[in-house]
Amino acid sequence: MSAPFVEIPEKEFVLPGTRTCAGCGLTLAYRYILKALGPDTIVTLPACCLTILHGIYPKTPIAINAVNNTFASTAASAAGLVAGLKALGKDKDFTVMAMAGDGGTFDMGIQALSGAAERQTDFIYVCYDNEAYMNTGVQRSSATPLGALTTTTPFLPKQQPKKDFLTIMEAHSPSYMATCCSAYPRDIYAKFRKAKEKKGTRFIHLAVPCPPGWGFPTSQTVRVGRLAVETGMVVLFEIDEGEFKLTGKSLTMARSGRKKPVVEYLKLQNRFAKMTDEQVEALQREVDSRWEKYLERSEP
Amino acid sequence: MSNVQIITGNQAAAIAAKLCRVQVIAAYPITPQSKIPELLSEYVEKGELKAEFIRVESEHSAMGVCLSASLVGARTFTATAANGLAYMHEQLHWAAGARVPVVMSVANRGLGAPWTILNDMQDTLSQRDTGWMQFYCFNNQEILDYVIMAYRVAEEVLLPAMVCFDGFRLSHTVMPVEVPSQELVDAFLPSRKLPYELTPDNPVNINPVVMGDRLPDPEGNICPDYMGFRLRMQKAHEEAMGVIREVGKAFGEVFGRSYELPYHAYQIDDADTVFVTMGSLSSEAMDAVDYMRKAGRKVGVLGLRVFRPFPSKETADILANFNKLVVVEKAISYGYETPLATEVKAALYTNGSNPLPEVYSVVVGLGGKDVNPQDLVGITEKLEKISPDRPSWWHEEELKQ
Ligand SMILES: Cc1ncc(C[n+]2csc(CCOP(=O)(O)OP(=O)(O)O)c2C)c(N)n1
Ligand code: SF4
Ligand SMILES: [Mg+2]
Repeated sequence: MSAPFVEIPEKEFVLPGTRTCAGCGLTLAYRYILKALGPDTIVTLPACCLTILHGIYPKTPIAINAVNNTFASTAASAAGLVAGLKALGKDKDFTVMAMAGDGGTFDMGIQALSGAAERQTDFIYVCYDNEAYMNTGVQRSSATPLGALTTTTPFLPKQQPKKDFLTIMEAHSPSYMATCCSAYPRDIYAKFRKAKEKKGTRFIHLAVPCPPGWGFPTSQTVRVGRLAVETGMVVLFEIDEGEFKLTGKSLTMARSGRKKPVVEYLKLQNRFAKMTDEQVEALQREVDSRWEKYLERSEP
Repeated sequence: MSNVQIITGNQAAAIAAKLCRVQVIAAYPITPQSKIPELLSEYVEKGELKAEFIRVESEHSAMGVCLSASLVGARTFTATAANGLAYMHEQLHWAAGARVPVVMSVANRGLGAPWTILNDMQDTLSQRDTGWMQFYCFNNQEILDYVIMAYRVAEEVLLPAMVCFDGFRLSHTVMPVEVPSQELVDAFLPSRKLPYELTPDNPVNINPVVMGDRLPDPEGNICPDYMGFRLRMQKAHEEAMGVIREVGKAFGEVFGRSYELPYHAYQIDDADTVFVTMGSLSSEAMDAVDYMRKAGRKVGVLGLRVFRPFPSKETADILANFNKLVVVEKAISYGYETPLATEVKAALYTNGSNPLPEVYSVVVGLGGKDVNPQDLVGITEKLEKISPDRPSWWHEEELKQ
């Protein structure tokens, strides 16, 4: 699904005056997510950079309904919105989206998300992944990749690989699951349109480069995002009713056989400044072997 | 026509929730309240109650579901106890801050560590400052009645409410309970009206970040700061006391049992010494009073029904008349005394006049330790030796000394 010709609506739901950092990948992506889901969306969100994007009382630059919740309870809050709307006969009027960061998903939110997914709650869950606790000042999360410096891995870069959360979520058999990256807005738009039409638990992982957290210039957000995909660090796919497909740029790469070395992605970011050559090689091997598995799965 | 059923406290809570036509229920098992969600799920599965029942994976999520469902307008219910309640702690603050009228029944149980499944009131009393209203039930009838009243009060003042009752002593003990008809409950508790409507045309950001200073909205109106929202919560609690009394009175008019007073009193008219208690402990105290009155002692009981908002004036007005107040409680605020004793003293200091009664703080019945009427008689006999500046423990190890 490369979706180059989809018509993206003009209407904006992320209005001028956001408080997120210049070059924020999350903000770029959110614009297309809301265009895809439309005004009848209720988003529920925990403490994270998305809270900041939603503004400070009594103003908000976001033109859809939002319900804030505690850090661990995003999916539970969504389940409550879904149940409440259903009990009132209003479930057809709204799309319920839960959206949390990697910390609020991979770490603290996992219990509520696992519960809601197992109960096949009718909602879209989006984890936007900037690979650390950014809102509290770039501390390590279980989504932080091996070799990254954070404020809680300040001298010894993170020693453990990123948690394989996609496999965990796939094991919950969501009705629809997809990955996307803020550098590919049309792909985001198309996947969220698709997710909106489905029933049951839909899970979307969204990779969002973060200039201050990752250590690259604010002008490079799209470039870093593209390199994440072009090197295979992030793989774009969807699993629709159990059927796996590479999509967008990842599909083109699979067809052309061209994949860039991870070092091209790493060298743009200060967080990887302390990675040793051996660590880079180990990461390359890991990315290659994962890529091979995806290629195998995508074969018809 | 009266319909008296012989039921447990858990059954009374579940039947009451059903009579209130709750629309969303989310609950997690924990002894001694598990029967409540079991019964409610049965009502829902059999079609006797039209509600969404969410079998959540934790109490934190139970409250997460309830509070968000409540925000969109559903009447929501949950039940828990002890560690389940403690696990919800963050969500309790959030629910009160979000001003959602969730009602929760709590079958009071001691907290770990070490584990106990048995009764005391440490669980709910240590949630005192979360912003929830708290009602304490004397018997199973009060459980049923308070769940119904709690919704009416909560939906009027927009504060969540806990209906607390002693685990096992009430939750698992059968008693006659008059179960009102659905028609009467419907008339007393109409369906919930939301003071706002969520629509795509007027999107709102609910419970966002709020600053320490008041800020203008896009039209230039100055809006509350964080402390301003906290002030509104406190005012809602202050207003709630009046509403609780009115609703308690109206309940009496419809159902024949008035709860206008935030306490029930027994044999206090000529008393010089009064037991001050909460929950089912009042019945042991009443038995003790009957026994002691035969021996000519002028004793009575005051059982508090409402702990938050605290009926400071109401309790002080009556308690100031006695010489000695023996506050017997199944909870302790470690490092100080029993929580109700502190409240009673503060209420007397604020609203009473000299000479103030002596107030004794007595810890009893933690973790299910039996409290018999004889124990309460024993406590009064020991009063001369008890110093009011320290809580005394009615416990074998302390009694030896
Ligand atoms: C129970 C609890 N613990 C800790 C926090 C503090 N906290 C707020 S935001 C945040 C980090 C969020 O990280 P992530 O979910 O990755 O989102 P990001 O800020 O990176 O966008 C933390 C730890 C909290 N709000 N609640
Ligand atoms: S810290 Fe990163 S994710 Fe958060 S607002 Fe800034 S750029 Fe966006
Ligand atoms: Mg993050």
